Amino acid sequence: MIEEQKLIEIIPSELVAKVRDMFVEQYRLVQIGCTKLPDRIEINYSFDKNYQFINYRLILANDKVEVPSVSSVYWNALFYENEIHDLFGLNIVGIVLDFKGTFYETKEKYAFATCPPPIEPVIKTTPVVNIKEKGKPQ
Amino acid sequence: MVLKSLFSKPATYMYPLLTREPMVGSRGSIVNHVDQCSYCTLCQKKCPTDAIVVDREKKTWAIDSMRCITCNACVDVCPKSCLEMLTTYSSSKTAAELSR
Amino acid sequence: MSNRTIIPFGPQHPVLPEPIHLDLVMEDELVVEAIPRIGWVHRGLEKLVEKKDFLEMTYVAERICGICSFIHGLTYCHGIEQIMNIEVPIRAHFLRTLWSELSRIHSHLLWLGLVADAFGFESLFMHSWRIREKVLDIIEATTGGRVIFGSAKVGGTRRDIDNEMLKRIIAQVTEIEKEMKEISQTFLNDYSVQQRLKGVGILSKADANMLGAVGPMLRASGINQDMRKLNYAAYGHIDWEPVMAQDGDCFARVEVRVGELFQATDMIRQVIEKMPEGPVDVKVTGSPNGEFFARTEQPRGEVIYYLKGNGSKNLERMRVRTPTFANIPAITKILPGIQLADVPMMLLTIDPCISCTER
Repeated sequence: MIEEQKLIEIIPSELVAKVRDMFVEQYRLVQIGCTKLPDRIEINYSFDKNYQFINYRLILANDKVEVPSVSSVYWNALFYENEIHDLFGLNIVGIVLDFKGTFYETKEKYAFATCPPPIEPVIKTTPVVNIKEKGKPQ
Repeated sequence: MVLKSLFSKPATYMYPLLTREPMVGSRGSIVNHVDQCSYCTLCQKKCPTDAIVVDREKKTWAIDSMRCITCNACVDVCPKSCLEMLTTYSSSKTAAELSR
Repeated sequence: MSNRTIIPFGPQHPVLPEPIHLDLVMEDELVVEAIPRIGWVHRGLEKLVEKKDFLEMTYVAERICGICSFIHGLTYCHGIEQIMNIEVPIRAHFLRTLWSELSRIHSHLLWLGLVADAFGFESLFMHSWRIREKVLDIIEATTGGRVIFGSAKVGGTRRDIDNEMLKRIIAQVTEIEKEMKEISQTFLNDYSVQQRLKGVGILSKADANMLGAVGPMLRASGINQDMRKLNYAAYGHIDWEPVMAQDGDCFARVEVRVGELFQATDMIRQVIEKMPEGPVDVKVTGSPNGEFFARTEQPRGEVIYYLKGNGSKNLERMRVRTPTFANIPAITKILPGIQLADVPMMLLTIDPCISCTER
């Protein structure tokens, strides 16, 4: 069975109003997820009510654009927004509880902010020979 | 339950003395029966962790057992069926033993 | 106002198998505020999609979490199959359901053991884990791995279970069920367990919904929501209803999970009875082009995989929102007002899986 998933594209200025509508209709905030693409950044706001899945998509040109926070509407959004800020380095303004980059303790700051081309993995360790019967180790 | 626990055998094994029989089809560790191997490098390509290194010229086949996640992908893909998944686990080793 | 102190809780704490940090603002013995921080086991697995092709990512998805391993793999495969419009053989759907429920039993028994340990009932912990071992034996005999099943694959399953083994599973499950009845008596009726759990950490129905809680946490607050009702795998072919409790306290969460143990054994029986014959996988050609939010129910709650492909071997983005992440807001809201001594137990009732959370 393929479940129906609605996808609506919105712009930053109407975000908070749209999300407030969802709050009034008692939708549950399922997740906020960021996708970094070579030419743009997408943020997906997913909502659910009685297994009805609705998705708002915010498209940003680059990571300098200010994104309004929806944590004043959905309190739990602050965790997703801090995560997005800490991993992608996006500029989200007005989070109710702004950790300012200390929510997610990663070794590299803004670990997901870059979008490098795929590289061939390098084998660092020397392999160990595991040969049975006749074979001779190197 | 209390009485049952008191008078029944322990649920655990006395490990170093007694080991559990490995299950049939358990994924333990990988060996290559090298005399049948054609060094086709398919297993190297399919390995998700790049643990297998095959050299076609020198005719060597090696696996880094510390990288291997025993996912069985190489055994599935081997055209000569010379790779075998053993049901027993490879024993723990120190770094010194590994590089020997 | 009395003096406030801040007690750092974690990332290393005897009750936590995994690192999460809480700043607990205390007024005497009462928690006033809790501020969580995570990131100690961030492995950047989502970023790996840039290096591994979409078939190899199944192995990565399975290794996001050690406990709900199979359902991670299943969700990932489900997502890819939806993007690529792959029709999975019906037997594979039934096998996936069977393994999902086995992993639910083993996860819930693990959690029941841990929570028993957290409220100081050591022997109950041992008994839960003793029974769990038998479930792990079934899993190893059918998939080859004890915790990392490795049996999910895009387009079906990697292994089949023969009918003789299926019969043996029924016999073993019946035996396990008998033993689970014994321990569930203690969990549900024991005086000291009730004293410790009842009325602690109440999450109201409205809060549970608005804080986005998922899984047993949500159902313990009286909300009927279970992602298995989306009928992925073979859940549409069997009769079942979500297990619920009304009180929303710690005891209700134990009730829900104990209920789900027996629900899972019932499902396993139904699945084995209705298991159709046929192939277990189809050949996958091409690469995913499109996007999908795959949602399934893990032992801990709803997990979301957002998968986006652009027609090449590597996906553009894989985003995983695990149930523990969704339950962190709920736990920070219910911690204020409880005793410091109850904090470890409260934290355990969301069944925290931090490696999952951070990927």
